[in-house]
Parts: sequence; C-alpha cells; structure tokens
Amino acid sequence: MLELKNITKIYNPGTITEMCLFEDFSLTIENGEFLSIVGSNGSGKTSLLNIICGSIPIEGGDVLVGGESIVRQQDYKRYNRIGRVYQNPAMGTCPSLTILENMSLADNKGQRYNLTAGINKKRRAYYREQLASLGLGLEDKLDVKLESLSGGQRQAVALIMATLTPVDFLILDEHTAALDPKTAETIMVLTDKIVREKNLTAMMVTHNLRYAVQYGSRLIMMNEGRVIYEKAGAEKAALAVDDVLHIFTEISIECGN
Amino acid sequence: MNVLLDLAISTLTQGLIYALLSYGVYITYKILDFPDLTVDGSFPLGAAVTAVLLTRGTDPFLTLLIAIAIGALAGLVTGLIHVRLHVRDLLAGIITMTALFSINLQIAGSNMTVERAASTIFTADPVMALLGALPLIYRKLIVSLLIALIGKLVLDVYLKTKNGLLLRAVGDNSVLVTSLAKDKGLVKITGLVIANALVALSGAIVCHEQRAFSSTMGTGQVVFGLATVIIGTTLFRSMSFVKGTTAVLVGSILYKGCIQIAISIGLPANLLKLVTAVLFLGILVFGHARKGGVKAHA
Repeated sequence: MLELKNITKIYNPGTITEMCLFEDFSLTIENGEFLSIVGSNGSGKTSLLNIICGSIPIEGGDVLVGGESIVRQQDYKRYNRIGRVYQNPAMGTCPSLTILENMSLADNKGQRYNLTAGINKKRRAYYREQLASLGLGLEDKLDVKLESLSGGQRQAVALIMATLTPVDFLILDEHTAALDPKTAETIMVLTDKIVREKNLTAMMVTHNLRYAVQYGSRLIMMNEGRVIYEKAGAEKAALAVDDVLHIFTEISIECGN
Repeated sequence: MNVLLDLAISTLTQGLIYALLSYGVYITYKILDFPDLTVDGSFPLGAAVTAVLLTRGTDPFLTLLIAIAIGALAGLVTGLIHVRLHVRDLLAGIITMTALFSINLQIAGSNMTVERAASTIFTADPVMALLGALPLIYRKLIVSLLIALIGKLVLDVYLKTKNGLLLRAVGDNSVLVTSLAKDKGLVKITGLVIANALVALSGAIVCHEQRAFSSTMGTGQVVFGLATVIIGTTLFRSMSFVKGTTAVLVGSILYKGCIQIAISIGLPANLLKLVTAVLFLGILVFGHARKGGVKAHA
C-alpha cells in the first residue's frame, strides 16, 4: 500500500512566483490497484508522481510504503521498488548503448554493478523472448543501438526494462503521449498485460481519457492540487468516456481554459 | 635520413605516452559528457610526484602506480566538489586545477630535473634485461607502446563490465541510472577518478621520458586531450567497429605528428599554441560539418 499523507507542495517558496500546489493532500493506493490519473495541465498529476519518486522536495507531509515512511529516502533508493516510464521515450533507455546492453543494465537492477562481465550471454534468449512479446521484431535487433530505433520502439524497450526485475510499483508518466495513435495503442495493451501478469501496483498519468476509462481499476481526476472526481471498482468499469469528458469540460470552463 | 627516422620514432613515442591522457579525456568528455579541466593540474601532478620519487631512488614502476593513485585522488576531489557541493562541472575542474598548480610546486619544490643516475622505466633492470641491446630511443618506443596498449585493453575490458556499462549510461542518460536505483553522482565520481588516474599516469611517464618536471607542463593539456578525442572519433565515425579507445590512440599519434611537422618546417615555437587553437577549431568545424551532412541525408 502506498500512502500520501497531508502533503504540502509549494513551488518557488519565498519568492514572488510562489505557488502552492498541494495543501494537506492525501491519497491511498492499494496493492494491485491500477490507478489512472487525469486532469488538465498544472493540476498536479506529474508532481504527484515526482513526489512519490522523490524527484522533487515537499514542504510537508509524508509518503508511506506499506506503512513505512520513505520521505527521507533519496530518489535513487526509492527506485529499488519502483519502475518508471516517462513521456519522453529517450528518458527510459540509453541511446548510445545497444538493446542488449540496455536490457543487461536493467536486468541487473537491485544487484551490484561490479567488475564482472556486463553482458551475460546466457540471458540472451530470455531477452529475445521478452522483446518478442512486443511483436515489433526487436528480438532480432539486440545489437542495434537504441538511437536508431523509433520513439515507439524505444518506449516499448523502456517499458520492458522498467519491469524486467521485480518492482512493486509501476509509474507511467504520460508514457503514450509522444507516440502515434497506433503505437500508443500497442504500448497501452502491453502495459495492461505486464501490470496484470506481474501483479504490479500501477499509477498512470494520461491525457487520453479513453485509456483512463478503458484501463485500470480506479480513476481519479485532479484539478488545482485536489482530487475532484473518483470512480473505482464496478462504477469505474461501467464508466463511459463521455461521462469523464463532461466533467473535464465543466472544470475547464470554470477555470477559463 | 637517420635524423628523420629518429624524429619520427620520438614523435610516435610522444603520441603513445600522451594517448593515456587522451583515454582520460575520452572518459570525461565523451563518455561522461563532463568538460573536466582538472587535467591541466593532474597531468603535472603525476610528473611532480614521479620526479620526487625518482630522485629518491624509488622503483620506477612503483612510481607509476603511485602516480595513478594520486591522480585518482585529484579526480575524486573534482568529483566531490561537483557532486556533493553542487558546483558546476566546469568550475569544479577549474578549482581543482588551480589548487593543483600550488600543490604541484609544493610537492616538487620548484621545476626540477631527474639526474642521470636515477633509473627510469626505460632504463630499469627488467627492461634492460629484455631490451638492453636496443638504443634508448627504441626502448622508449617499445615500453610506451606496451603501456599504451595495456591501458587501452584494460579500459576496453572495464567498459564492458557492469560498472563500465553504468558509467557509459550515466553520460548518456543519467535519469536511467537513477531509475536503476543507483546514485548517479557516485558513478560520475568513479569516471573522474579513472580519468584523472590515467592523466596522471601520462604525466608520470612524460617525467620518466624527459627526466624533468615543470610547473607549466600542464598548460594546454585539456585542449590537447579534447583535440585528440575529437580527431579520433571524427575520423572513425563511420566505422562503428573501431573502439573509442583505438580512435583516440590514433588521434593522439596524429596530433603529435602534426605538431612535429609544423615545428620541423620552421614554425616558431612561440606560435605553437596559436596553431593548436586554429587546428582545434578546424577539427571542430570539420567534425560538425560532417555530422550536419549526415543529418541532412537522414
């Protein structure tokens, strides 16, 4: 279980541009939940993910994993239990390394990066198998550098890499936003499959309301640092895109967007 | 004719000795994407330590190991200043480089020469036993070649280890290193330590070769290193099977060759740095133009 308790987040504190995003913000995510987060720009979606991962500091409150506070833990240590896929496909992989080298790096997460061979030839077949599940033909390109792959292919590799070793949480930060509709669909189907198969607790920020409605077990809509709409379980399953769109439009008009 | 041959051999030797410095700059500039100016200080640091040790009669090969360790320390200082004190990369290097200028003089006292009686890696017993029949100039070539090749091979192997892969990843995409639950700062420090160890080793061997330390011998070494890395990697850009270390080794030899030719055809020594700067600019523009060309075709 992941808990955000009474979070206060102020951007540029003590300056003329000071902006309080979260004030006494709380959110609980149960194990095995697949949470879709929607909301307009600046509503705090990505900030929420960054607070969980420790990428940005907070002014108050606590972040708990299984009842244990991780708020003082440095960002890189938190990633022992977290896999993250970013909006920019270039963030999840190393462009000048080959697919094999990238996969090997990801495969070693949680262990020491010592002076033993970086690539374990015995794992090649396993990587091929993982990549073959994408259906993009990447299993035959193990020795190709990531920089020569398309954005969609890179994002697919990034997703595989983020979940190659056992993690508890999968953080998806608009991970389909930079992709064409067809590739986005492929990545989304794959994401859903991985989350189910590995029984991950997932948090997905998206601007695609259809994905938010179609996938996941719970949906929240955020606005100005607050959760203003929430559906879970059977209610969430019965939800239609138009219902969410309607509320979304209402808020946007209120805010003058 | 013999004079020309000797000149060619000594130039080649220079290229091989300075290749170690180029490997170091290759790690910081090319792999870590870190413009490390520590080099101008860690290069003479290696020479200063070596000059003192050789004068005291320390085993010549031991001086190399000590220079490596001291150079690593210089890299560690720059790394800590940058990573833990959050000083910009360029400034962190400048701070260490500036401090090292005084430290080098403290170590060596002043500019110093190593007397003839002191044995160096080119005149030490094991080398004489194997290569004693050869003239000094050839011994220098062979020993330098061996060290340059060993340095290259060790680095090549290291870059294929788990730790080496992580080092390559941090310059490429440091966000990924964080995602792999590793401290990217620590990885950067590792890179700076290795790089400056190599640079100091290069300085140490130069001291063995010239039997001298001068406080100003570090001036322009960063530029030299950058130029050789850019020459090498530009030259072999279209040949992806050529390793980066091989490329900079060739770059180092070519660069030393160009400078030697410039001097041989009568270029005044006072103009050397000007020529270096122009050459460097030329390489950068040429390299950039080629890169642009490739993109235009893509």
